Amino acid sequence: MSTEVEMSIYVLVLAVPLGLQLVQRVSPLLHTPLMSLTNAISAISVVGAILIAGSGEAPRLSRVLGCLAVTTSTINIVSGFLITDRMLKMFRKKDSGKEHGS
Amino acid sequence: MTGDIWQFAYIIAALSIIGSIKWLSSPVTARRGVLAGQGGMLLAVIGTLLRHEVINYEWVLICFFVGAAIGAPLAYLMPMTAVPQLTALSHAFGSLAAALVGTAEYYRYVGAGHAATGFTMTALVVETILGYLTCTASIMAFGKLQELVPTRPITYRGQNVVNLVLLAVAIALGVWMIVEPTPFWVFPAFTGLSLLFGVLLIIPIGGGDMPTVIALLNSYAGAACAAMGFALGNRLLIIAGSLNAASGFILSVIMCNAMNRSFLNVLFGAFGQVQEGTVAQASTRPVRSATAEDAAQIMSGARKVIVVPGYGMAVAQAQHKLRELTDALTRRGVEVEFAIHPVAGRMPGHMNVLLAEADIPYDRLHEMEDINPEFAEADVALVIGANDVVNPAARHDTSSPIYGMPILDVDKAHTVMVIKRSMSPGFAGIDNELYYMDRTLMLFGDAKAFVGEIVKELPAH
Repeated sequence: MSTEVEMSIYVLVLAVPLGLQLVQRVSPLLHTPLMSLTNAISAISVVGAILIAGSGEAPRLSRVLGCLAVTTSTINIVSGFLITDRMLKMFRKKDSGKEHGS
Repeated sequence: MTGDIWQFAYIIAALSIIGSIKWLSSPVTARRGVLAGQGGMLLAVIGTLLRHEVINYEWVLICFFVGAAIGAPLAYLMPMTAVPQLTALSHAFGSLAAALVGTAEYYRYVGAGHAATGFTMTALVVETILGYLTCTASIMAFGKLQELVPTRPITYRGQNVVNLVLLAVAIALGVWMIVEPTPFWVFPAFTGLSLLFGVLLIIPIGGGDMPTVIALLNSYAGAACAAMGFALGNRLLIIAGSLNAASGFILSVIMCNAMNRSFLNVLFGAFGQVQEGTVAQASTRPVRSATAEDAAQIMSGARKVIVVPGYGMAVAQAQHKLRELTDALTRRGVEVEFAIHPVAGRMPGHMNVLLAEADIPYDRLHEMEDINPEFAEADVALVIGANDVVNPAARHDTSSPIYGMPILDVDKAHTVMVIKRSMSPGFAGIDNELYYMDRTLMLFGDAKAFVGEIVKELPAH
């Protein structure tokens, strides 16, 4: 096994338990914002999409597919973050809630 | 040195993404979490654009514009009640991107005439199959949530066998591609099977199980990204992807636990299908119904009212009227609390978001374990559009498909009021004995209109 691959596997085995730990503590109140935030983060595939869409040596078919991928992952990023933001703006505590209404 | 800037950008991006999930765990730091996530994503994109492999900028920038022009209106125009659909749709786009990158990489290797290593090829195959199946599965989930596709589980004889065979064939084609260069038709066939499998995976799953399914799809999308990281030797992708896979997985486990069901049961169980026998004998038993005026009288005399919202509240968009009722009752000295079942609604935390939209303070919303002991001292439990999560059959009826699911103990309250359109059994087709109790008053009508009437009928104070 090359060191490159070995390092990648190390990263994986460290990141998975970290993810499990981080999410276990999220309050159920925030489960929906968490879903849409991680939904936006899953569009990190934009990195791979840019690499192939902007590449000089990939065949045309690959570059076209890459461009499509940049578009769809951007849709995912933009809508994911905006909706998370919209949602979080709505969460308030008792005091500020009363100020706002009644 | 300048050539390495992108590596620093990637490291900071990875840290930001970890921080963003951590900060999202509390409402106080949640906004910071979103900012960190956005910052991390921006750094990842900028870092990638700075890499010397990237030389064609025009098309990439045009694609950013097109994507933003589609994504932004999507997020702003959708009403809050449609968050589950929007998330599903957004997922479909994201996982399609992962699959397309996998496809593009595959053809890049084919075009270059040299085969990828077995390891890279394995990662590509995993990325592509997960990406395509998550894409169509998310589109199907979107269709079910938007009710473009029937929300009831669709089943047929031998369904699980058909699905498993299909998956096995797709995997076999994948393995073939890994071990040797294949004829040109293999990759398209592999793609088609993955897409088809995604559709078939969701067809037998009912709308009530959508919280679990959406979380699971999130997990798959993350896993596809992590696989892409292996294929490209990109550790940022591995970190972000596996964080995502882990978080989606944990959430779907939490949802399964909340229903006391196993993963396999959610995926292959076809909830609600088994129940046709009991539906027929349901509607003949007598129930007590009441008017808005009666309900208003009882509530204004109560000390404590616990509201139990469900998907029906989302459908009727009743959350704002509910806020008015809460305010009116609070002014009269009535204590109003909200009991949120973990799987109420169509995605994890769905009810919390809707009540927050209506400006109901989040410290009034209580989780099941915290509020259950309080029902015994509540004068009124007001059930709005919730059904299975308050069905006492879950406690004692071993033949019920929801047997064993932890429920909200609304039947312990002094008076139970249920706002419901009609006596037709709920989504899962399971009859609810709560409706036939002596202490239960059925309030028939549209949830939004009915709550509005109760507010009007409240006696002056």
